[in-house]
Amino acid sequence: MAIDTETAARVAKLARIKVEDSDLPALAGEFNAILGFIEQLNEVDVSGIEPMTSVTPMRLKRRVDAVTDGDQQDKIRANAPDFREGFFAVPKVVE
Amino acid sequence: MSDLNALTLAGARDKLVAKEITSVELTEACLAAIEGSDNLNAFVHKTPEIALDQARAADQRLAKGSQQDPAPALCGLPLGIKDLFCTKGVPSQAASAILKGFKPEYESTVSQNLLDAGAVMLGKLNMDEFAMGSSNETSVYGDTVNPWKVDDRRLTPGGSSGGSAGAVAADLCLAATGTDTGGSIRQPAAFTGTVGIKPTYGRCSRWGIVAFASSLDQAGPITKSVRDAAIMLEAMCGHDPKDSTSSELPVPNFEALLTGDIRGQKIGIPKEYRMDGMPDEIEALWRDGAAKLADAGAEMVDISLPHTKYALPAYYVIAPAEASSNLARYDGVRYGHRATLDAGDGITEMYEKTRAEGFGAEVQRRVMVGTYVLSAGFYDAYYNRARKVRALIKQDFDTVFAAGVDAILAPTTPSAAFGLGEMQNADPLQMYLNDVFTVTVNLAGLPGVSVPAGLDAQGLPLGLQLIGRPWEEGDLLNCALALERAVGFSQKPNKWW
Repeated sequence: MAIDTETAARVAKLARIKVEDSDLPALAGEFNAILGFIEQLNEVDVSGIEPMTSVTPMRLKRRVDAVTDGDQQDKIRANAPDFREGFFAVPKVVE
Repeated sequence: MSDLNALTLAGARDKLVAKEITSVELTEACLAAIEGSDNLNAFVHKTPEIALDQARAADQRLAKGSQQDPAPALCGLPLGIKDLFCTKGVPSQAASAILKGFKPEYESTVSQNLLDAGAVMLGKLNMDEFAMGSSNETSVYGDTVNPWKVDDRRLTPGGSSGGSAGAVAADLCLAATGTDTGGSIRQPAAFTGTVGIKPTYGRCSRWGIVAFASSLDQAGPITKSVRDAAIMLEAMCGHDPKDSTSSELPVPNFEALLTGDIRGQKIGIPKEYRMDGMPDEIEALWRDGAAKLADAGAEMVDISLPHTKYALPAYYVIAPAEASSNLARYDGVRYGHRATLDAGDGITEMYEKTRAEGFGAEVQRRVMVGTYVLSAGFYDAYYNRARKVRALIKQDFDTVFAAGVDAILAPTTPSAAFGLGEMQNADPLQMYLNDVFTVTVNLAGLPGVSVPAGLDAQGLPLGLQLIGRPWEEGDLLNCALALERAVGFSQKPNKWW
């Protein structure tokens, strides 16, 4: 299955990565090479096989539903590119 | 005393305990070696003040040490830390522009475990961006150069833990942390004549390690000897409530399990690892290694792992899928780089520009491949199918272990170190083939160790890989010790840098 530049543009959009139109044909070409390689998986009979979810059979741990952490605003904001009045600031989201 | 930085962990530990040397002397020797190593570009954030403070504290602790109250296992031993580990107050940017300036407010569990064991941190080590690469050429810091050199070419130390392997091989530190998602500890270890072990998935906590592919990522040490690997791995391991996949199994004293006696052990030779076009040298290295283990009393058996050839394609679905999900957090909001916006740009433009500027080409490629295989309509065809194939790959191993095989011997890599830039024009798949012998181990969650096993005709190191039963790192390291002793590899790179 061949990926065209339109599909490549859609994937870039979904991944939230800006790709210039001029770079789309090369990107589509790379996708095709990688997906062509992945296509080999179709040779394998996987009927009746459960997808692997964890490497060793283990039940995910549970813990008491209790607050164990908090009050660390200064640490959380320390690396923020734009933090104002107690909030992470971003461009306008809602018109 | 000269060349303290060339000591092994075990050798330096014994000298420290015997008070023949101090941690400050040892640390200063490493810091001097690091200062003279900028041509290698292995250390990308140096932390000499932290290191010397820790060394002075270690010397005080060692002075108080007694038989009843011994100093902790790594007391006073200087290590390098891969840039993928979050280290409190010290830049930790996974070799990516998107984390430029990021200084964690916390310490990863593994690096904290090392500090608790008394280790000294010399600084942060170069790597491929987000651990995606096999040559250390995708780093925002530039390439790490392999200390091994046989002609005019600058060679890759491998990747992604290229800085870690290069630094250990060049005696800039006594040992270093690495991480391994598809071979990123073992392949660089093979390329640099060092020992690297990836433990069983769940042995080391992943908390505080920048995530690449969460179901495959494991931390492990890169060291100068198998004994050192046992010492350092034990200090890194342990249950951590902050990682729900971290195991509660007790961590054995790996060093105490090292006897070198492998009589009666059954070692499997998987026929599927004999690939078409495999260089004769690799084939011969493998054969010699098997013969030496047989001489040491092991029983060599031919085994079959029939789904081996599907491991790389399954990996290149699962790893990018998990990466696309893990790397969604780099959006320019809470930490890291944010693009400068044009008038009228909204939040979507902010995300798109930030990620286009912050991620390098290989990371972008994998995030987009992952996005594609997880997208509506393809999830079953790609992602679920790959997870089923992964289950079959694991079954292959389960079957041979159930038949009594104790460990599996294979080459670590299909070649020795290649020149930096040599793969620049190859398609990405050529680079991915570096992981052909290592990636199965990550998919199955097993422990695997690379041991230096000889030099190729050019004079470059080659490694052999031993793969063990889950949670049996002790037996695996013992087998690795037998191989190390039988091979007697002692060559070091000649200093040119």
